[in-house]
Amino acid sequence: MVSVSMNVNGKPASGEVEGRTLLSAFLRENLKLTGTHIGCDTSQCGACVVHVDGKAVKACTMLAAEADGSEVKTIEGMANADGSLGVVQQAFQDHHGLQCGFCTPGMVMSAAALLSENPNPSEAEIREYLEGNLCRCTGYHNIVKAIMAAAGQDVSKIAAE
Amino acid sequence: MHNFDFVKPGTVADAAAALQGDEAQPLGGGQTLIPTMKQRLAAPETLVSLIGIAEMQGVCKTDAGELSIGGATTHATVEAEAASLFPGLAGLAGRIGDPAVRNRGTIGGSLANNDPAACYPAAALATGATIRTDKREIAADDYFQGMFTTALDEGEIIVEVRMPIPEKSNYQKFLQPASRFALTGVFVAKYADGVRVAVTGASEEGVFRWTEAEQALGSNFAADAISGLSVSADGMINDLHGTPEYRAHLVKVLTGRAVMAAA
Repeated sequence: MVSVSMNVNGKPASGEVEGRTLLSAFLRENLKLTGTHIGCDTSQCGACVVHVDGKAVKACTMLAAEADGSEVKTIEGMANADGSLGVVQQAFQDHHGLQCGFCTPGMVMSAAALLSENPNPSEAEIREYLEGNLCRCTGYHNIVKAIMAAAGQDVSKIAAE
Repeated sequence: MHNFDFVKPGTVADAAAALQGDEAQPLGGGQTLIPTMKQRLAAPETLVSLIGIAEMQGVCKTDAGELSIGGATTHATVEAEAASLFPGLAGLAGRIGDPAVRNRGTIGGSLANNDPAACYPAAALATGATIRTDKREIAADDYFQGMFTTALDEGEIIVEVRMPIPEKSNYQKFLQPASRFALTGVFVAKYADGVRVAVTGASEEGVFRWTEAEQALGSNFAADAISGLSVSADGMINDLHGTPEYRAHLVKVLTGRAVMAAA
């Protein structure tokens, strides 16, 4: 067993895990933060994307032990302090950027990582950044639109689909 | 995934010592090894994480005009830090996998694995890189020994990769959109004393140099210079994504595009 401790959404978290425990499993099973979804468990789909030290990573393809000492942010840490939705979350709601919602935690975390690197991305840059996030419902159109809106861009001319 | 002991040493010496144990394996960013272990195609008893070794991190230019890249440097870091020093390499790094994969995967991990469709082997071979391990230095021409096979011994660690910075270079990747590996990829590097062309994703023997194109481009660095050449389909990979003939065709097309785009 390995002792791990990290900051998750600004709060200290620690536990005893097996070497093979994935970060996704540690978050969901030890910390009960089930907002991080496990879609494929093969690093294809991106539903498990979280931020580790500010960088988007696939939590199903990182060991909990590798995150020891890190700052981790999950979808549960994306709301504002008063509990209202964060900018990216609100934009997903406003622009219907989700249907079943399964991929949404990963989409929101990837979108937030993109906007921190590139505050005003083009549509093409958004689509390229979401290469590793799969959505089987929306066809991506409204996800991209939501992210453009979260960046402060005028999306009123973009047709709803 | 079978269980294992996890260790994260802070120095190359400690990592080398930890790798002396039975069934111990180094872990870079884990973007290939962790999925492989989930499939139980690998089952080390000890996993030695290299990501915490400070001397294996980062990108810098050496006095000899080479780009030095620490073995545990992520693709995202290479993309950012090589952008002005060696744009051809930064462009390659920025198109590996997806952003989350690039934040974890490392150059040392990619070169140690030597996937026949990986991108970094093409850059290492086309630049005539030096692979420095905890034991020795290996020239790229001696390093790649066929699909998933390298000159590395068991437990040997890639500490640093040094690439002579070309005058001009470019990497053209014909993307396999599901895997995001190269269906075929070509790295062209132009130096004062010649041109090197390395091809990944195409051959059953893994990355290789297209020496005929190197000679033609050495005397005339223009896409037209290779118009009379042809690439044999013998030994090219055959799978549902492309026939050997298709891949052989891509080698020539992508080489021409790389020459035109070289900067």
